[in-house]
Amino acid sequence: MSQELVAQGEFASVPALLARNVKEYGDRPAYREKEFGIWQSWTWAEAAKEIENLALGMLALGIDRGDYVAIIGRNRPAHYWAMVAAQKVGAVPVPLYQDAVVEEMEFVLDHCGARFVICGDQEQVDKVIEVQEKVKHIEHVIYYDKRGLRKYDHSHLHWYKEIQDEGAAARSRLEGELAAREAELHYDSTCVMLYTSGTTGRPKGVVLSNRNIVESSKNTAEFDNLGVNEDILAYLPMAWVGDFIFSVGQAMWCGFCVNCPESPETMMTDLREIGPTYYFAPPRVFETQLTNVMIRMEDSGDLKYALFHHFMEFAKHGAGEKFGMPRRKITTQKRTFEQKIRHGFRYAMGIGFAAETIIENTIRLGFAKLRHGKKAREHFKARDPLGLKLYSGKAHEYFKYRCGDVLVYGPLKDTLGFGRIRVGYTAGEAIGPEIFEFYRSMGINLKQLYGQTEATVFITLQPDGEVRNDTVGVPAPGVEIRLEENGEIFYRSPGTFVEYYNNPESTADTKDPEGWVATGDAGFFDKENGHLRIIDRAKDVGKMADGRLFAPKYVENKLKFYPDILEAVVFGNDRDMCTAFINIDLTAVGNWAERNNVAYASYQELAGHPQVLASIQEHVEAVNKSVAEDEMLSGCQVHRFLVLHKELDADDGEMTRTRKVRRKIVEERYAPLIEALYSGKSEQFIETEVTYEDGRKGSIKATLDIRDAAVVGNEQGMAAE
Amino acid sequence: MTMTTDMSADSYVTADGRTIGGVVMDLKNITLRFGGVVAIKDISFDIREGEIRAIIGPNGAGKSSMLNVISGFYKPQEGEVWFRGSKRPPMRPYQVARQGLARTFQNIALFDGMSVLDNIMTGRLNHMKANIFQQAIWKGKAEREEIANREICEKVIDFLEIQHIRKTPVGRLPYGLKKRVELARALAAQPSLLLLDEPMAGMNVEEKEDMSRFILDMNDEFGTTIALIEHDMGVVMDLSDRVVVMDYGKKIGDGTPDEVRNNQDVIDAYLGVAHD
Repeated sequence: MSQELVAQGEFASVPALLARNVKEYGDRPAYREKEFGIWQSWTWAEAAKEIENLALGMLALGIDRGDYVAIIGRNRPAHYWAMVAAQKVGAVPVPLYQDAVVEEMEFVLDHCGARFVICGDQEQVDKVIEVQEKVKHIEHVIYYDKRGLRKYDHSHLHWYKEIQDEGAAARSRLEGELAAREAELHYDSTCVMLYTSGTTGRPKGVVLSNRNIVESSKNTAEFDNLGVNEDILAYLPMAWVGDFIFSVGQAMWCGFCVNCPESPETMMTDLREIGPTYYFAPPRVFETQLTNVMIRMEDSGDLKYALFHHFMEFAKHGAGEKFGMPRRKITTQKRTFEQKIRHGFRYAMGIGFAAETIIENTIRLGFAKLRHGKKAREHFKARDPLGLKLYSGKAHEYFKYRCGDVLVYGPLKDTLGFGRIRVGYTAGEAIGPEIFEFYRSMGINLKQLYGQTEATVFITLQPDGEVRNDTVGVPAPGVEIRLEENGEIFYRSPGTFVEYYNNPESTADTKDPEGWVATGDAGFFDKENGHLRIIDRAKDVGKMADGRLFAPKYVENKLKFYPDILEAVVFGNDRDMCTAFINIDLTAVGNWAERNNVAYASYQELAGHPQVLASIQEHVEAVNKSVAEDEMLSGCQVHRFLVLHKELDADDGEMTRTRKVRRKIVEERYAPLIEALYSGKSEQFIETEVTYEDGRKGSIKATLDIRDAAVVGNEQGMAAE
Repeated sequence: MTMTTDMSADSYVTADGRTIGGVVMDLKNITLRFGGVVAIKDISFDIREGEIRAIIGPNGAGKSSMLNVISGFYKPQEGEVWFRGSKRPPMRPYQVARQGLARTFQNIALFDGMSVLDNIMTGRLNHMKANIFQQAIWKGKAEREEIANREICEKVIDFLEIQHIRKTPVGRLPYGLKKRVELARALAAQPSLLLLDEPMAGMNVEEKEDMSRFILDMNDEFGTTIALIEHDMGVVMDLSDRVVVMDYGKKIGDGTPDEVRNNQDVIDAYLGVAHD
């Protein structure tokens, strides 16, 4: 879709895009939902009909221009339709988090002044009825799932389908009104209002205009070459801006199909059945899936186990990036004869080598079993087939990857539901390098983005082929980025939000008159490739004594990616070097101790074990090396560290209940240790008071070793040794 | 015993405004003996259309035996079972099932090796008419029947929110879910009278809440008449419209939860008094 059409305002709103989709892709699937064990689907034309009926029904109930319509429920086509229907009648949809408790819901419903609430089921209706006692402006509640609601007072409670039927019946009377209201929508009218999750204080209602949504969707769809053939799985909370952009904005712009899972529990099965081509998940999801794969591989047969590790090891070192990435564009053109031959040959080779691999390795495993019996797994390593030796260099790698694709990567991707992914995104927090590498080496185009609700998601994106684990990519199309003195990131873009609803002070605090928005995050541009790198929240970033940047979280995250390290606290603000406290992970280190016959009686003893300290030292030094690669952050290398004798704990006030370290309190409680870190001592005695889970208090005494870690570069810190 | 509801009338209205219809099952002077042991001694009560009827009592009171009499598994030595206005001759359990009775068991009785869906499909067995040859040919009647029955099962799955375990073998499920699957199988038979034998035994509070909601919703959505045995007094008093209390094979109370709660015999049976 060209820029001019947008400028003319032809597609200036979501309903306008819907009308276009009906015209151009009328009989293509627009929504699918699994219900009663079958994927039910609606074409664009059918969906438009449903939306229109609902809009007419809401008109018949007396909805006004500018009314707010709250929508509470899980991802279902009907709820997406409700959002578009609200826009059609000139109202503003406000999706809410369905798992919000009554008090949270009460604040939001009161704040936005919603007259209409659309609920998914009885659970949500119950909450709204409770809220209604205090919030008097809620007039009509519409529910979709009838179950359990038969006996409720229906004077202001309506069934979704009945509203649609009433709308259809009143069509002749209200059609003109609906068309008039739809025609009034323009580029700067409000498209949607989304509440921030409110981790810091009250939730704020972020008002996004049609311009924000349409421009952002258009720009990023072009950036990633998204087209009408995509399939996405809508499973993220509807109240989150990301879901609105993926499942409404981009879906409407591109005309692709939105698939809704049967229930939150069946998400993984549904993911596998749909096989989305465009996918978003927070790092946590990828992490859990990786853990599951690893656990299941441990339980698998010896041959599978060996082959899996053999091919994953190979794919990690660049081969996956080189040979595995999906093609950028899905071509709808028919293949030429030559292409067909080449394609067929490629697969035949893959299958041939795969067969060879299996045969050879089965025979070898047989011998290994004869020799080692049940311990064969430890001694047996899979090997490439002999046939591969005929090729050398790039051809060898290529065929090996194809062979691995047939045996390992392909089946694994299919099992995970990632078989068709062309574009996958993750965001929200730092993703561990091994996790990221695992997925990418299998040929899943997983990328990172950086964004927030106020920016209509996108601030930066990683372009295909320039993906790295530690950056968040280049500014998204149309986004300008400015860095402040202290590293804080400001942006300005077509997606920049209009305002916080009924909250001019906060709006003024966040967005200046020129349209620059403060993110509160600090970062810098990588010199090599111009990618943005996020280091920390701006308020946590400090300066060292010699004026270099001090970003504790950045180093702590790097340390925490090691499974042995549970928690790390880095000090160095206003000091001449950085030091660190480290907590070992009892599960991971305990497991290691068991395997290596290291006896220990307590956490304290394990934490002070010389072998443990040595391996932690290796980790710290490796982190130092990687930190040193960034000129700006090279000052943050950890010169000295110690391993704490107890876990940092929320009961002792050292952490928040959500497991975030309270730096201040840790500093106070362990002041002698910090002093020792900076005074060059090699051990220090400490006595700390601890609170047990039942509230009793006790104390722990320990003498801790303090170790020096090697740092990279011409550092005055070396003097400490 | 005093009854505030007029038992002789054809219908009565419950506290929450549901109208309960006429008598579906009437048990008259049932006595059941195992050799010299008298499990049930001269008990009469009825179950009405659309109500939730609970049978409670201490251990060994004869509750499960009573349920087995209703489901046709035990044949009482004395007394009559009247179902939908006619006296029921001695029947085998499958014949009783065909009359529209379904039940769940105290000790889960599912097919462990089969998937949840297949287990629920067995609940539809009585509604399938295709013979073995039609099943073998498959196309035509057998296929149509399978689709129609599957649809009903899927509605039950949706209703009981067990979509995520549809294809999981039952043996792999935790106890609470197995109970729910058993309920699903009984419900799939679309019974006019559903017997639940301790549906909440061994469940945690959350599972109990879920199960209670399902039982109430079932009664509300499908108008299923439910007779249940339960130990958890809180649950029984909240759920049921009328309660029968048994002790040592005798009926010691019958009425609404409030009446039963204040009945001296019931209090004695539960708190314990010296027996002669």
